[in-house]
Amino acid sequence: MQAAHRLGFVLLLTPLVLWLALLIIIPHIDMFFVSLRERVGVGEYETSLANYRTFLEEPLYLMTFARTAVMSVLATALTLLIGFPVAYYIAKIARGRVRSALFLLCLVPFWVSELVRTFGWMILLRETGVFSSLLQWAGLAQGPVEMLYNDAAIMVGLVYTSMLFMVVPLVTTLDSLDDAVIEAGYDLGGSGPSILREIVIPHAMPGIVSGSIVVFMLSLGNYLTPIMLGGKDSLWFTELIYSQFIVRFNWELGAVFGFMLLILSSVIVWGTLRLTGQTLEKTMG
Amino acid sequence: MKTYATQLKYAAVITGAFALAAPANADTLRLLTWGGYAPENVIEKFEAETGHTVEVTLSNNEEMIAKLRATGGGGFDLAQPSQDRIAGPQAEFGIYKPIDLSKIDESQFIPSMLMATKANTTVGDEIYGVPHVWGTSGLVLDTAKAGMVKDYTDLCAPEVSGNVSYRLRRPTLIGFAFAMGMDPFAAYGDEQAYTEMMEEVEAKLKDCKPNVKAYWSGGDELMNLLRSGEVVAAMAWDTGGWKLNDDNADITFVAPASGALGWIDTFVLPAKGRADDAAYDWINFVMQPEVSAMITDSVGNFTASQGADEYVSDALKAKYQASFPPEAVDNIKWYPPVPAGLEVIEGAVLDRVKAAN
Repeated sequence: MQAAHRLGFVLLLTPLVLWLALLIIIPHIDMFFVSLRERVGVGEYETSLANYRTFLEEPLYLMTFARTAVMSVLATALTLLIGFPVAYYIAKIARGRVRSALFLLCLVPFWVSELVRTFGWMILLRETGVFSSLLQWAGLAQGPVEMLYNDAAIMVGLVYTSMLFMVVPLVTTLDSLDDAVIEAGYDLGGSGPSILREIVIPHAMPGIVSGSIVVFMLSLGNYLTPIMLGGKDSLWFTELIYSQFIVRFNWELGAVFGFMLLILSSVIVWGTLRLTGQTLEKTMG
Repeated sequence: MKTYATQLKYAAVITGAFALAAPANADTLRLLTWGGYAPENVIEKFEAETGHTVEVTLSNNEEMIAKLRATGGGGFDLAQPSQDRIAGPQAEFGIYKPIDLSKIDESQFIPSMLMATKANTTVGDEIYGVPHVWGTSGLVLDTAKAGMVKDYTDLCAPEVSGNVSYRLRRPTLIGFAFAMGMDPFAAYGDEQAYTEMMEEVEAKLKDCKPNVKAYWSGGDELMNLLRSGEVVAAMAWDTGGWKLNDDNADITFVAPASGALGWIDTFVLPAKGRADDAAYDWINFVMQPEVSAMITDSVGNFTASQGADEYVSDALKAKYQASFPPEAVDNIKWYPPVPAGLEVIEGAVLDRVKAAN
């Protein structure tokens, strides 16, 4: 009986272990070794930390690194700001069919691929695009207005792409908040803002944190949106990784960049959890 | 012995008949190529004639090399990088195998182009590539609005400010270096001189940045920018200009005063390719003049096939002659092989240009 239990446990665990080992741990170990190689001649390599030094000594790489992190954090905050009222409305105010319809509306954009969604934004924002023509037609603008190719366009794209991943965990946690608790808050003389601060947000905290973590990771690792919507000044860290691996044939530096991105996201996620007093078990469980 | 061979033949025929009449030596050819180089009608004809099946993967120079490097030259049976990208990666990563010229019908190639490609793709004593499609990059202009642009450096002129686009890739660096009166190809062998040259180009490109609307990265993106009129002058491939010329007679390809940059895409065998015979069959098949003309019609560029020009449509020929008067043809700067390691220098320059304000 005991043995059968154990066999079942091992069998159930195998796919997970294989997944982690083959797709995550082994490639990262390999990448770590690649990142320690320094090219000294045609086809000759030496073990050294030269690539890490290149990363730390080139201001451009550090700047892009910091820029990507800051913009991802900003995108996460914006998504939360927009997503929270939406989630609250779906979970607490909407009822019956309206509720499912609203939830579906959040889901609909994900029926088309990310590429098509991003193209959609390009059609809207470009100089000869929908918004620009509309503004001119309404007499609000004299000439064509260029809204594409800047950081704001990137931000719009990022928030749009990750909205669903914020709304879903928020709806789930807000759903579990008993309406009676909110009523009790009002009975005890609480105002709208104080109830939001004292009751709703503390209860929704696990949802906020898990949603933020997912959105942050998605924004940080996004490649398509910054490339297509960003302008000539837009630098995104994943773009650097791509160009080192594919365009420059410099796998060694690319591997360093990959590692730095991994460290960055781990540190920021860990920091957020510490700051909010949440644990990974509580938010994900 | 003879009966054995006959038996084998019969056996092969019978098996073939059972396997839906595929010839006994049918292979799958995994072709790594550019968009338009293996059009559907050519593949159908090839499959009907030889019994091989063709699987096409579309890519570009850098991705081809990156893909082959990742597998040590496996996963594909025939690839088509440009001729300047063969010797360097082969010396560095060993991702190709030598071409057996006895299996190729050399009489189908334009002799001068075959010779040049052989010379450029030789590593040690072995030849690694034969030519296929060639073309140039230069300027695509809306001649009504940007007629004053004669060379790459004119893209930085105030007349076209805000309506310019080019790629942040090595052809841009090379083109600007030529337009600024330097010869980057002569400096290929000297890393120090090349670095200094690239620093000058870097300064120029940084100055030029306010003129640029967006750095394009895909052909379709550029087409959209030019077609909508948001961009009036761009650095691009000849075929892009000719394609747009069909829709808008003002837009066309112009060879810059300092010379268009010429590239030749080749056939190479990846080191771990499994269907070499099918690969040689494909090369010999597509180099036939009639088939080459079909590819030219599909992609817009001419091939290294001897005599294929006769079969190409007159409209395309006319556009080619308008863009390339004889002296412009003589002025084409053909890319010599890129020595290993230059990409790192160029990469740093491109990154800094992108980051500049």
